[in-house]
Amino acid sequence: MPNSSESAAIRVSLWRRGMNHLVTMAAAAAVLLVLLPLGAIFAYLVYKGVGALNWSFLTQTPKPVGEPGGGMANAIAGSALILLIASAMGVPIGIGAGVYLAEYGRNRMGDLIRFTADVLNGVPSIVVGIVAYGVVVLAQGHFSALAGGFALGMMMIPTITRATEEMLLLVPQAIREAAYGLGIARWRTTLSITLRTATSGVITGVMLAFARVAGETAPLLFTAFGNQYWNWKINQPTAALSLQIFTYAISPFDEWHRQAWAGALILILLIVIAVSALRIAASRGMLKGTS
Amino acid sequence: MLKAKDPRFWDGLFHLAMLACALCVLALVGIIVFELTKRSQLSWKAFGWKFFFGNDWDPVNEQFGAWPFVYGTIVSSLLALFLAVPLGLGVAMFITEMCPRRLKEILAFATELLAAIPSVIYGLWAIFVLVPLVRVYLEPWLARYFGWTRLFEGPPYGIGMLAAGMILAIMVVPIISSITREVMTAVPQQQREAVLALGATRWEMIRIGVLRNARAGIFGAVILGLGRALGETMAVTMVIGNRPEISRSLFSPGYTMASVIANEFSEAATDTYLSALVEIGLALFLVTIIVNILAQILVWSVTRGMPARGHA
Amino acid sequence: MGVGIKVDHLNAWFGKVQALHDISMEIAANHATAIIGPSGCGKSTFVRCLNRMHETVPDARASGKVRIGDLDIYNGTAAVTVRRRIGMVFQKPNPFPTMSIYDNVAAGLKLNGFHDRKRLNEIVERSLKLSALWDEVKDTLRKKSGASLSGGQQQRLCIARALAVEPEVLLMDEPCSALDPISTGKIEELIFELKENFTIVIVTHNMQQASRVAEFTGFFLLGKLIEFDRTEKIFTTPSDKRTEDYITGRFG
Repeated sequence: MPNSSESAAIRVSLWRRGMNHLVTMAAAAAVLLVLLPLGAIFAYLVYKGVGALNWSFLTQTPKPVGEPGGGMANAIAGSALILLIASAMGVPIGIGAGVYLAEYGRNRMGDLIRFTADVLNGVPSIVVGIVAYGVVVLAQGHFSALAGGFALGMMMIPTITRATEEMLLLVPQAIREAAYGLGIARWRTTLSITLRTATSGVITGVMLAFARVAGETAPLLFTAFGNQYWNWKINQPTAALSLQIFTYAISPFDEWHRQAWAGALILILLIVIAVSALRIAASRGMLKGTS
Repeated sequence: MLKAKDPRFWDGLFHLAMLACALCVLALVGIIVFELTKRSQLSWKAFGWKFFFGNDWDPVNEQFGAWPFVYGTIVSSLLALFLAVPLGLGVAMFITEMCPRRLKEILAFATELLAAIPSVIYGLWAIFVLVPLVRVYLEPWLARYFGWTRLFEGPPYGIGMLAAGMILAIMVVPIISSITREVMTAVPQQQREAVLALGATRWEMIRIGVLRNARAGIFGAVILGLGRALGETMAVTMVIGNRPEISRSLFSPGYTMASVIANEFSEAATDTYLSALVEIGLALFLVTIIVNILAQILVWSVTRGMPARGHA
Repeated sequence: MGVGIKVDHLNAWFGKVQALHDISMEIAANHATAIIGPSGCGKSTFVRCLNRMHETVPDARASGKVRIGDLDIYNGTAAVTVRRRIGMVFQKPNPFPTMSIYDNVAAGLKLNGFHDRKRLNEIVERSLKLSALWDEVKDTLRKKSGASLSGGQQQRLCIARALAVEPEVLLMDEPCSALDPISTGKIEELIFELKENFTIVIVTHNMQQASRVAEFTGFFLLGKLIEFDRTEKIFTTPSDKRTEDYITGRFG
């Protein structure tokens, strides 16, 4: 028969063990609660999107309100155009800034730039849209793919810069010294040796930035603005997949709602492919480059 | 003057080119500050500080008071945090400390996926799936059992502050959870072992050995989540109702700073109207910057400057 | 053919700390010279001053005169030009990880603008033969990466890479310290053969290695050159007591 102090010990231990189990269950419940919307979103995207996805959706432009059919072909193309412009701006500047920070930037100036890049990263996307509006749209007098690309390019830069810097810093100093020892100039070493060794990691960073801006809508609202028709000119308003999804989703037309789901399905497919490729590249590519 | 054949010339040129790219980053932030300040001058001169406390948003009569949007931003963000912080912490704790090895990768990937879903898709799903559920099930339930708090009154539209807070919470959980995971992982293993050696249960080990040490970083993660919630535009715009109203009830429609810019910017007919919207953008910019800097400092204090990786 | 090196009053600093004090010596052409001394005595720093690698460390500088053959390396010549005439092999093998064996050996030439395919093939083959690696890799030259070889092979690859640019001097900074005895033996054999065509300066903390491969030896202590003479003499009848203490194992 346990005496009173022993049973006190057993009681305390039961309480503590009980707490332990409770917390574990609460944490597991949190995980389930969070996975639920994830599953639901993908489920609905497939369920509602697949139905509206057909060949005409991928090849036609929107039909006038009330008419069934039509598609988002111009929006897909427009997104591609805008992202191309954004990458043309964001990738070189981002990688260049990353190279600067890793190879020349272990000083005050480098710290300032690193800090500024983090600040740039935190700017809300709608505000980026306002700035692009002021810099490009007002200067040109009209909406354009260029303005949209400028906005998205701005958003790509901090991600690419930090990723590039990180990857370059992983390259051992011994590799650079081997190149210097051969009489290879510093700029050549940085480009052909250091950057080349870090290539897969840098590409991962670029894809991360790309996936992030591919789905952005807010900065395009008053820069690219959207377009009912095909547009390949960078100086004209252009349709974008995310914009089209938004416009259709808030409209009162059922037909447009169906197409919004289809568009969303395509958008998420592209992003999931990018994110998965990223994970695979990260686990294989990066290790390969710096062993 | 160095000749072109001299290798030092090309080294210098390259250094300059890389510096130019880096300076672009500085220039961009400069451009942002310049543009926002310049184009909000008109509104600032017309209304001054009262702009942010005025209740009346009347574009027709050129009266602009932004308080409803500030209120809406604060309430929706706080509601989102209220829901997201326990969830995010729970997920982070589970993945870092409680999870069997094989599950870790999958769960981590799942949270990354959540972070990668674009705002407009969250909004789309929210309009057609979340809002009906809220309207038909959640709001009546809340009104019946919690109506006494005065927070759940009025007709259950579905669309409104509650739905906005919920979708924001889902969007913010991945950030809170991934940063919390980072700071928890940064706590050295010796801390955990020391507590376990004293006979602690796993929860006690987590509470005393990990959470206490990572406190500042977790706080930083929450602040980062706040920063994200403040600036979030599309999903919120699609479900908050977009009415500049101030109401205690979470069932009512509302309006946030980001949403009003998204909805009204391209339609702003007068210069003052546009300037007022830009001024809201400037305020949003400043608040988000301060919040983000604060969060960075807190997170760095735990991870000692190891750069945060990969979170979208 | 190798050239001689003349060092006059060489001093070197890392920031405010002086690492080398007034070093003067003459290194003979087509011979191997060993640099020995306890840890931290400045041997690596000295050798890195000979090809101006020392200044790649931030805040590092050197003063004095160093003549490699007819070239005064600190007087107005670009560091890069200096390094093209001097080869260096490092303590830990450092082949370029993303390049094949062929590309590694050819790197010094290709990245300096030399693209004649036929000549490159010849040079790569000759360099790999010189470093006794050819037979082991001749079938997988372009397929295998530099990093996939064993430690000893990697170091021989680095030697081939250094030799490909036809330097007049080969600097070796403790090239065998990360290798097993068999690989070490192979590299020491290599040094014997290379001596005929190159001037070799080898830093080593292994005195037996110095006596095996080098005709001349310099003993460094605390950043100063204590004694410099024929290896035989240093190890049998050293002139300075400090040298004697070191080689008999009293310290270091």
